[in-house]
Amino acid sequence: MARKLQVYDDIPGTFVFDAERSREGYSINMFCMSLMKDENRKAFKANEPEYLKRFKLTPAQAEAILKRDYNRMLELGGNIYFTAKLGATDGHSFQHLAALMTGNSQEGYAKMMLGGGRSVEGNRSRSGKNAPSPFVAGGAAKKAAAKAKSKPKAKSKSKSKPKSAKRK
Amino acid sequence: MARIIAGIGSSHVPAIGAAIDNGKTEEPYWKRVFSGFEKSQAWMRETKPDVAIIVYNDHASAFSVEMIPTFALGCAAEFPPADEGWGPRPVPTVEGYPALASHIAQSVILDEFDLTICNKMEVDHGMTVPMNLLFGKVDKNAHWPCPVIPLAVNVVMYPPPTGHRCYMLGKAIRKAVESYPEDLRVVIFGTGGLSHQISGPRAGLINSKWDKAFLDNLSKDPQKLARVQHVDYMREAGAEGIEMVMWLVMRGALDDKVDEFYRFYTVPASNTAVGHIILVNRPRGAKASGKRKPAAKHKRAAARAKSPIIRGR
Repeated sequence: MARKLQVYDDIPGTFVFDAERSREGYSINMFCMSLMKDENRKAFKANEPEYLKRFKLTPAQAEAILKRDYNRMLELGGNIYFTAKLGATDGHSFQHLAALMTGNSQEGYAKMMLGGGRSVEGNRSRSGKNAPSPFVAGGAAKKAAAKAKSKPKAKSKSKSKPKSAKRK
Repeated sequence: MARIIAGIGSSHVPAIGAAIDNGKTEEPYWKRVFSGFEKSQAWMRETKPDVAIIVYNDHASAFSVEMIPTFALGCAAEFPPADEGWGPRPVPTVEGYPALASHIAQSVILDEFDLTICNKMEVDHGMTVPMNLLFGKVDKNAHWPCPVIPLAVNVVMYPPPTGHRCYMLGKAIRKAVESYPEDLRVVIFGTGGLSHQISGPRAGLINSKWDKAFLDNLSKDPQKLARVQHVDYMREAGAEGIEMVMWLVMRGALDDKVDEFYRFYTVPASNTAVGHIILVNRPRGAKASGKRKPAAKHKRAAARAKSPIIRGR
């Protein structure tokens, strides 16, 4: 059954671990949880496809795990706190996983974080809802919005330049 | 009577715990983070609370996907540090306060908050990192300065409880604490956040403007904050930034008007914006005398004071 579209599916570059993904990804997360035990880590490393047979994974889920496709694991119901355990089993730092998921080099990702992180500007919405939440901007935003209404042409220019996130 | 005297908000970034455990706190990157908690540690040493209630979340340590309680209250006598994959953190076992914890459970469940009771539970960095930030480094074989009642909140699987629900639970906890007969000075922690996303192609997101608005409203207008929707947290503060709702339990447990004693904010620690705040309840007596300035009100207050009935607290 196709996933029912949720309001938060509009957020770019994000797979929200909701109740539906939690149900679908139960086996991915239980597999990851099993890696908390050393004997299981060893068995997994010795023969990965064989070890995965212990869990009721779909072929797509097993493939994502074997390929270490972390975004695909999230899409198929994995949760980051769980999949991070797979990364740790491979001996990787969390930043290595972050770099993989964001399509960045580890140095590039680390540099971005030191520079204040990824900006929210242009990264709020797939459908162009890029104005900040009224909660953030408070009074200033309301005034700006009111102004924009009275002078639609002048304001809309500066406001609507959505640099939408490149990746899905 | 027990009373909540202050609320503390603090991030719980795991890398902060690793920096403490591996003796990296003096490195420039980490010193920037830890220096922001020096004043708070001095405040904590002076305040000497009798008990701390710590609202936090578990990260696939004590709870996996087999059981996902929305609110789970730790009523055990002790909570060992969990093995999060590289051995338990070298911190003391957290001592509980079962008598007050079970009193809170009974009170808030009758107030219609259906808690899960945990009589056996391990605690991960989500709880022990904020404890370190406020109590300092504590030797594994020593004791934490005060007993702790853990309140684990599900913020891993969507949907977590709403901000409003968290805020109202805080109020119910306050009522519970104040109906406990022992004289105890209680502090409450809200932990997690601030803005961060660690999953997916948008990982690394930080939103300092959001974080500032969050802290401002936490201090001054928590009711407005309690109305913020989940999708706004996720959109603005990152998919994992939604854990900020836990700070609202803390805020709900305080008086409506509080004094902001201290605030600290820095970016980044690992993948996360670090936020910290200390909000202090005004002494009950002082609050009253400070407010009743006009003469007419003074008279009324005096008249009320004579009445033998309304003399609580």
